[in-house]
Amino acid sequence: MPDATGLELLAQDLRAADPDAVLGTSYFREEATIEVAPAALRRAAETLRAKGYAFMASCHGVDYYPEEPRLGVHYQLLDMPSVDRICLKARVTIEDPHVPSLCDLWPGANHPEREVYDMFGVVFDGHPDLRRILMPEDYEGHPQRRDFPIGGEPVLFTYNEDKVPGWTR
Amino acid sequence: MTAGVSGYRKQEESITLSGEALTEELMTINMGPHHPSTHGVLRLIVTLEGETVRDIKPVIGYVHTGIEKTAEDKAYWKAIPVVERMDYLSYYFNAMAFCGAVEKLLEVDVPPRAQYLRVIHLELNRIMSHLVWLGTSCIDLGAISVWWYCFREREAVLDLFEMSSGQRMHTRYFQVGGVIEDIPRGWVERVRRFTKEMRTRADQYAALLDKNEIVLQRLRHTGIVDEQTLLGLGVTGPLLRATGNPWDLRKAAPYSSYEDFDFKIPVGTIGDNYDRYRVRHAEIYESCDIIDQALDGLPEGPFVTTDRKVALPPRHELATSMEALIHHFKLVTEGFRVPPGEVYNPIESPRGELGCYVRSDGSSRPARVHMRDPSFVNLQATAPATRNSYIADLVATLAMLDPVLGGVDR
Repeated sequence: MPDATGLELLAQDLRAADPDAVLGTSYFREEATIEVAPAALRRAAETLRAKGYAFMASCHGVDYYPEEPRLGVHYQLLDMPSVDRICLKARVTIEDPHVPSLCDLWPGANHPEREVYDMFGVVFDGHPDLRRILMPEDYEGHPQRRDFPIGGEPVLFTYNEDKVPGWTR
Repeated sequence: MTAGVSGYRKQEESITLSGEALTEELMTINMGPHHPSTHGVLRLIVTLEGETVRDIKPVIGYVHTGIEKTAEDKAYWKAIPVVERMDYLSYYFNAMAFCGAVEKLLEVDVPPRAQYLRVIHLELNRIMSHLVWLGTSCIDLGAISVWWYCFREREAVLDLFEMSSGQRMHTRYFQVGGVIEDIPRGWVERVRRFTKEMRTRADQYAALLDKNEIVLQRLRHTGIVDEQTLLGLGVTGPLLRATGNPWDLRKAAPYSSYEDFDFKIPVGTIGDNYDRYRVRHAEIYESCDIIDQALDGLPEGPFVTTDRKVALPPRHELATSMEALIHHFKLVTEGFRVPPGEVYNPIESPRGELGCYVRSDGSSRPARVHMRDPSFVNLQATAPATRNSYIADLVATLAMLDPVLGGVDR
C-alpha cells in the first residue's frame, strides 16, 4: 500500500492532469483509496496504470444506501513489482448510473463489470458485451441493491408455476 | 433482451470470429451446462470450423445462489458458514478471506497459535483441492484410476478436518479472531503421518503421469496463453505461475504468519497445460513442507483472541462470571458491531487471488460482502487458451484451468 503521503502525491498527480478529477482520498486500515469523478475515471486509471499499478486485481460494486450518490464502483489496482495496492473508486446516482468501462485497458474487467451491471445496474459505457452474467437474461431488477429485499422473488414450484409473473409455458 | 429463443440467438450472433479465411462451414454448438467435462454447471457456446474451435463464450450463473446477498442479512459471525459455501473445494480459504477482512475492520489481533492452526488447515485444504482437480482432470483425459487414488488421499484430509472440527466439508473452523477450538489430542501425529504418506503418493502420481505418453500428447503445447495476456485478464494462481511468473501472495504479501515458513514457489516455463499440471503437482509437496514446519513450530497459547467483545467466552466461565454471560448473550443474539469502513483482504487460494471486500456501516451485519473469486476471473482465459485448437484440447484445457463453478456463480 502506498502510505498516506504517497497517496496524496498520487492524488496530486491526478489533480495536475484534471483539477476536478479527485473528489477525495482516504487512508483506512492501511488501505489507500482515491475517489474520482465518474467522468475522470478512465483518465485516472490510465495515469495510475502508467505509474505501475498495471494489474487490475478486482472490481466491486457497492450500494451506499441511504447515502447519496448511492452506487459505487471500486477497482482494486495492484503494482506487482512493489506489491502495492490502491483502490480507485467512483460513485454514481441511481438516476444516472454511467461510468466509463475499463475493458480496453484491462480485458479482465469484462466479467467483473458485467457482474456489477447485473447486480447493481451500473452502466459501463464502452463495454463490449454488457449483458447480465449471473442472473437470467430476462430477470428484472438488480438484486444486490440494498432496497431489493431478500425473498423478493417468488420461488417457482409446480403448484404456482402458472401464477408467478413472467412465467410462460 | 427478451426471453426464449431470440435471446440465445442473439448470444450466438454476438460471437466474433477471427479474421482468418474459413475453409469450412461454421457450426455453433452448445456444450453444457450438464456436461461431464465442464466440472460443474458451466455452459460453453462453441463455434467450430470442422473440429477446430474458432470462438468460445462461457455462459455462467446456473448455480448462482445469492450468497453475497444472504450474507448481508446475517451477523458477521453467522455469515462465515454461507461465505464458506461459495467455492466448495476451498472452504477454509473463503472463511480466511472473510474473517481476515472483518479482523482488519475490527483491528483484532489473531494469536500466533491460531495463525499457525489456520496455516495448517489452509495448506491441507490446498492439497485437498489440488487432489480433486487432479482426479477429475485425469478423468477428462481418459484415466479413471488416478481419480480413485486422488480421492483416497482426499478422504484422509477430510478425516483430519472431521477430527479437528467435526465436519468434513464447510467446517466453519475459522472464526473472527482465531479458530473455533483447539486441535484434539493425537491430531498432530495424524497430520504428520498424512504429510509423510502424501509425499510418497505424490511421487506415485508423478510416476504414473509425468512421462505418460497419453498425458504428454494431450497436455504438452496445448492451451498456451502467454504471461502478458494472462496479466491483462487478471488471471492469478497456478495458471499465471505456469508461465514463469512467480506471483504468490503467500510470499509477496504474507498473511497469517506465512513469512515464518520456508517454501518454494513452483513455476512453469511456457504456460501450456503440462506446466499447469506440474505446477499444481509440485505445490502439493510445498504444502506438505509448510504443514510440517507449522507443526514443528506450533506456538502455545490461546487459539482465539481474548477480546470478549468478538469471541465467545469459554464455557466454564458462564457458570461463574456474570460478565461472561452478558458477553455470550450479546454475541449470540446480536453479534458484534464492526466500525464503519471498507476493506479488501486478498489471500492466495488454490486457484489464485481470493479477495474479500467487506463494507461495514457500523451495525452488526455487513453492508456488503463481495468475493473476488479467482475462478470467476480465470474463466475469461478460456477463450484465448482454446481458440484455434481442437475441441478435444478444449476439454483438456478446461480441466487444467480448474474453474469451480460454485465460486464462479456464488
